[in-house]
Amino acid sequence: MTTIETTNEHDEGATRRDFLNVFAVVGSAVGTAAFVWPLVDQMNPAADTLALASIEVDLSAVEEGQSVKVKWRGKPVFVRHRTAAEIATAKADDGASDLKDPESDADRVTAGKEQWLVMVGVCTHLGCVPLGQQGEYGGWFCPCHGSHYDTSGRIRKGPAPKNLEVPSYSFLSDTRVLIG
Amino acid sequence: MAHGPTFEPKNSVLKWTEERLPIFGLIHGSLGPGYPAPRNLNYWWNFGSLAGLCLVIQIITGIILAMHYTPHIDMAFDSVERITRDVNYGWLMRYMHTNGASMFFIAVYIHIFRGMYYGSYKAPREMLWMLGLVIMLLMMATAFMGYVLPWGQMSFWGATVITNFFSAFNDLYAGSGNGDGLGDMVVSLLLGGFSVDNPTLNRFYSLHYLLPFVITGVVILHIWALHIPGSNNPLGIDMKGKQDKIPFHPYYTAKDGFGVFVFLAIFAMVIFYAPDSMGHPDNYIPADPMVTPAHIVPEWYFLPFYTILKSFTIDFIITAKFWGVIAMFASIILLFFLPWLDSSKVRSAQFRPVFRFFFWVLLVDLVVLTWIGAKSADEIIFMDIQAVTIGQVATFWYFFHFFFLLPVLSRVEKTLPLPESIASAVIKDKA
Repeated sequence: MTTIETTNEHDEGATRRDFLNVFAVVGSAVGTAAFVWPLVDQMNPAADTLALASIEVDLSAVEEGQSVKVKWRGKPVFVRHRTAAEIATAKADDGASDLKDPESDADRVTAGKEQWLVMVGVCTHLGCVPLGQQGEYGGWFCPCHGSHYDTSGRIRKGPAPKNLEVPSYSFLSDTRVLIG
Repeated sequence: MAHGPTFEPKNSVLKWTEERLPIFGLIHGSLGPGYPAPRNLNYWWNFGSLAGLCLVIQIITGIILAMHYTPHIDMAFDSVERITRDVNYGWLMRYMHTNGASMFFIAVYIHIFRGMYYGSYKAPREMLWMLGLVIMLLMMATAFMGYVLPWGQMSFWGATVITNFFSAFNDLYAGSGNGDGLGDMVVSLLLGGFSVDNPTLNRFYSLHYLLPFVITGVVILHIWALHIPGSNNPLGIDMKGKQDKIPFHPYYTAKDGFGVFVFLAIFAMVIFYAPDSMGHPDNYIPADPMVTPAHIVPEWYFLPFYTILKSFTIDFIITAKFWGVIAMFASIILLFFLPWLDSSKVRSAQFRPVFRFFFWVLLVDLVVLTWIGAKSADEIIFMDIQAVTIGQVATFWYFFHFFFLLPVLSRVEKTLPLPESIASAVIKDKA
């Protein structure tokens, strides 16, 4: 051993050894990191979960003044066929001073289909499911901590910070909507 | 390392084994006559061994429950009911396990407060203290995931609320606002989906089974770290000579044994006469993602931290929600810095009258935080004062105590004279 070490000190072999050391360490680090990713990524939603990420809803049976509650990504989604009076109130309140999260009614529905209001039915406060057509604004009321939403699902009173979330959705036809 | 008499086996089999693997010597030195303990330990020193007992009870009953439990959203609730009704002594195993978690937290919280009162976190025991906090954090994660397994309404909604804490990271990167913010990505990584669902239940079950063994590993490190300086004592002064010490066995094994019987008697009363007293009735309703319970509350041992979370109501630079999450984690993490926040050289509160007063104020503060945690924010407590306001005052006091009062107090407080030695103080007491 002594002989070999002595020889190395005197020739260019030392830099070769350094290179091999650095290469081994960096190579192992990159290899380990690459292997760690599958260990982490397996936690993310699986293919079958993602396959259910969007749903189609048939609206033909929902009369004016009625709502349906559908399950989307494990959460309730409200689809409300609003009455003319509800739409009028929602539009009239666009400039109301008590809007905590100001948004116009037009921004929350699809143009030309103002009667359909599609929202995730999860209170933006602590995640409860609000009750429909209740509360001081005739929209939704959360029984948990008393948040009042109007006929456009906008927060008007109570502890919730945001309006009820409008998911991304599109109309496939006049009576079919694709959520997600 | 605190050394007592070394282990010298007379039996030839013990001797043969000891020469090859000194395991009997290890036990002798850790829990036997070979561990010299201060002669003045009081009953508050029982709670370490009681916490250890709780860990053993939880592991044994937990492994048994796992033999009968089905981790699937369609079957989990029914399998727990089957354990309670049909499995032989299943009711006993289940109630020992659910109430055992509460008893474990009671023992550990008293153990922590004993350490805070008698200054057990101070040099040279900082590592011992920090390992203890690691155990507490692991216990919290284990208890939270275990509570989800019966798949009742509180299981489901508790898991929803707690995993949603991490959506606060949307403050750092919000994305398009349609579920692709940093917080949303973290939440779906934790849940394995877009909401609490079967993948969540499965991974919580896996981790709930794993973590107690990780806790056991850290407990071994905790005991190892204890045996280097040896136990603190009510006077908070170091052991000087033989007259200050007694061997752990038989003196403290007997004292701990007595504590075990008292503790088990209380535990038995809870199991047999009030097995659901520390649970929530809503957890006997199967989980329903479409309907929330009117009032979501975590288990009692999380309530102080839940109050701190809910106390932040005003957006300031970041959202109120994010402040709440940061404060909640900070309230526990700050305990890691306790040995340096409190710079007083005197350990025991017996000789620190002002510190002692504020210790009890802090304890009352934590009782208030626990009490408010179970209330809804807008509940009127008295006059016109809402629960959230009282929670905010109590939250303020908690941080004020650790970040202002303690550092200042430990520098200015005039402490009482310390006794010369443990022996002299004990003998004077008796005289």
